[in-house]
Amino acid sequence: MDISIFSVLAQDGITTGAIYVLVAMALVMVFSITRIIFLPQGEFVAFGALTLVALQSGMVPGTVWVLIVLAVLATLLDAGAALRAGRRHTLPRIVMVGLLPALAIAALASWAAPQRFPVLVQAVISLLIVAPMGPMIYRIAYQRLASAKILILLIVSVGVHFVLTGLGLLIFGPEGSRTEPYLDSNFVWGDVQVSAQSMLVLATCAVLILLLALFFSRTLYGKALVATAMNRNGARLMGISTLFAGKLSLFFAALIGALSGILIVPSTAMYYDSGFLIGLKGFVGAILGGLVSYGLAAVGALAVGLIEVFSSFWASEYKEMIVFTAIIPILLWRSLASGAREGEE
Amino acid sequence: MRRVRPAVSLSALLLSALSQNAHAQVVRVGVTVPTTGPAAVLGIGARNAIALFPKNIGGMPVEFMVVDDATDTTNSVKNAKMFLDQKVDLIVGSSTSPQSLAIVEAIGGSETPMIALGASARIVAPMDDKRRWVFKTAANDSLMASAIIKHMVDNRIKTVGFIGFADAYGESWLTEIKVLAAKSNIRLVSIERFNPKDASVTAQVLRVIASRPDAILVAGSGTPATMPHKALKDRGYTGKIYQTHGAATADFLRVGGKSINGGLLPVGPNLVWEQLPDGYPTKANNARFVPAYEAKYGAGSRSNFAAQAYDVLPILEHALPIAAKAGKPGTREFRAALRDAIEGIRNLATNTGVINMTHSDHSGLDERARLIVRIQDGKWVLDTVSAKR
Repeated sequence: MDISIFSVLAQDGITTGAIYVLVAMALVMVFSITRIIFLPQGEFVAFGALTLVALQSGMVPGTVWVLIVLAVLATLLDAGAALRAGRRHTLPRIVMVGLLPALAIAALASWAAPQRFPVLVQAVISLLIVAPMGPMIYRIAYQRLASAKILILLIVSVGVHFVLTGLGLLIFGPEGSRTEPYLDSNFVWGDVQVSAQSMLVLATCAVLILLLALFFSRTLYGKALVATAMNRNGARLMGISTLFAGKLSLFFAALIGALSGILIVPSTAMYYDSGFLIGLKGFVGAILGGLVSYGLAAVGALAVGLIEVFSSFWASEYKEMIVFTAIIPILLWRSLASGAREGEE
Repeated sequence: MRRVRPAVSLSALLLSALSQNAHAQVVRVGVTVPTTGPAAVLGIGARNAIALFPKNIGGMPVEFMVVDDATDTTNSVKNAKMFLDQKVDLIVGSSTSPQSLAIVEAIGGSETPMIALGASARIVAPMDDKRRWVFKTAANDSLMASAIIKHMVDNRIKTVGFIGFADAYGESWLTEIKVLAAKSNIRLVSIERFNPKDASVTAQVLRVIASRPDAILVAGSGTPATMPHKALKDRGYTGKIYQTHGAATADFLRVGGKSINGGLLPVGPNLVWEQLPDGYPTKANNARFVPAYEAKYGAGSRSNFAAQAYDVLPILEHALPIAAKAGKPGTREFRAALRDAIEGIRNLATNTGVINMTHSDHSGLDERARLIVRIQDGKWVLDTVSAKR
C-alpha cells in the first residue's frame, strides 16, 4: 500500500464514516431524549435518497403519499384523543395543524416535480417531505408508550422498521437508483487527490453538527431537549412537554436521516432497504458512546467507516464480519468500564 | 402480498378441477415462479412470457396454471407437490437455481417431466434417476464464462482481476473462471468480493487496479453490478471491463448510465436480435417473441428471464404431438412419452439458442446460446457472434 492508495482509502472511509456519524448522532439524540432505540433511522436515509431520485427524474415521489397517510393517521389519533377528553372545540385546530402542512408539502412536491429545479431545490423538497414523517411516526407508534420500558420501545421500533421497509418496497420497487454527482471535480494536493463530492459530504456534516450544537446550547427548545434527556421527570416538573421533546427529536432524526441519504446517493446505488445496513453501522458507532455521548458516538462511527474501508481492502470477503465483530470489544470495554449494572434505565 | 397466494392457488385448483371435467384432452402445465420477493424480476418475466402462449400448442389445447412462490424454496416445493396431486403433465419452474434444485429433490421419483428455469448446471447434472425427468432452458454459467474467456483470448488479455458478489452467484463464477482461465493461460491476479448493498467498493477496486490486470471481470447481478464498474472508471482504470449475464437488465443500464460505457458481457441472443446477421439460428424465434412481448409489456422490457420461459413453447410444440401418440394427457404413459420426446429434441432453434438434448445433457445448449455485447449509451451493441454455425 502506497501513500496514494492510503489517501484514497482514508478519504473514502472518512466520507462513508461521516454518513455513519450523522446516523449515530441521530440515534444518540433520539435515545437520550425518548429512550427509543430508533431502528427505523436507516429507512429515512433510503427515503431521503430515493425521494430525491424520483424528483430528479421528474416524477412525484411515492413518499408524498406516505406523508399524507401518516398525517391523516396522526390527526385521527389526535382528534380521537381530544374527543375522549371532551374537548370538541379543539377539533378544527387539530385538523388544521395536522393536515394542512402535509397537504401543502404534497402540493409543492407535485408542482415542483415536473419543473426540474436545480438539485439544491430538489434536495430541500425531499427534506420537506421526509422530515415531518418523524413526529408523525412518534405520534402513531410511540406516543402512548412514551413511558414504557426500553425493551418495549425497541420492539415497537422493530415493527416500525418493518412497516417502513415494506412501504419502501411498495413505492420505490426492488431496483436501486443513483444520482449524478453534485460536484464533479477533484482537488490535487501533491500525490493526494480529493474529490469535491467527499468534501461536500464532510462540509455538510460539519455544518449540521455545528448547527445542532448551537441549537442545543443556545435556544430555548434545544435546552428543553437537553433537560428532557438529563431527567425526564424533572423536565416535566419544570413545564417542559416530553411529548413535544419526543416529536422534535424524531423530527431531527428524520431530517438527519434524509440528509444522509441525499449526501450518499450520488456515490452508491440506493435500494428501498439499503438504509438498514447504514443505520446498523451507525448504531455500532453509537454504541461506543453507550448511546448517550455524542462525541464518542461520532468517533465510533468514523472508526466504523475507516474499519469498513480498510478491511474491504485487505479482506473483502470478511468485511461485513469484521465491521460487526468490532462491536464485541466495544461492548466488553463498556461493560468493564461502567461496572455491573441493571440493564433497565 | 402473502395473503394473495392462497387465493391464487385456490383459484388454480378450482380452475383445474373444472377443466378436468370439461375436457379430459387438455394438457395441463403447472408453473411455479417467484412473482414477489427478491427474485420477482425473474418470475414476473417468466409469467409475462407464458401469458403470451397460444391456447393450442402442437395441435393440443394446453392450460397453464401459474402460481407465485415468493422466491421461497419451501413454497416452490409446496407448489410442485400441489401440481403433482393434480396430476399435471409438466411442471415448469422455478426461476432461481436454489428453488429449481429444491423442486428436483422433492419431486424425484414422481415421474413427471419438469422444465427448470434456473441456470445452475447442477439442476440437470450429474444425470441420475431424478434428473432423468428434469430439463432446463437457461444456459449454464460455464457456457457464459467460456464466452468471456474466449473474448479475452481473442483480445490478447493475459491477466485478469476478479470482483464478485460475496454470495453463491459470485462464487460460482469464480469457480468457472478459475478453471477456464487456467486452461487458456490467463492469470487471475486478484480476487475481491463485495456485497450487493455496500455503500462503497473503492477499496476492492483499488486493490484490483494495484495488481495491474489487462482486464477485470465484475461478477454481480442487476444494478449492484454497476458499482465496481463505476468505481473502476472513477479511479482511471482503462483496461477492458467484463460483466456477467446476470447484469443484463434494463435497470442495470439505467443506473449505470454513462459510467458503464464500453463494458462487455455475454448475453442470450434475444437482447440484441435486431443486430444479429440474417440466418442466425435464433433470429426467427426472437422475431416472433421479442416484438410480441414488448408490444404487451412496453418497449425495452425484453429480458433473458422472459426468453428462457418462452422457450418452453418451442419445446412443447415439438414434443406434444409426439407424446400424444402414446396416450391421453393426464396419464402416466403421456408423461413418460413427453419426457422421451423432450429428450429426443435435436437441432431445435429457440429464443436462447439451439437445443440438442442427449441422454446425459438435459440443457442441450451450445455456443450459439450466447454472444458478447458492448454497452454503449444505455444500449446493448453486438460485439462478437460465436463462430459455430
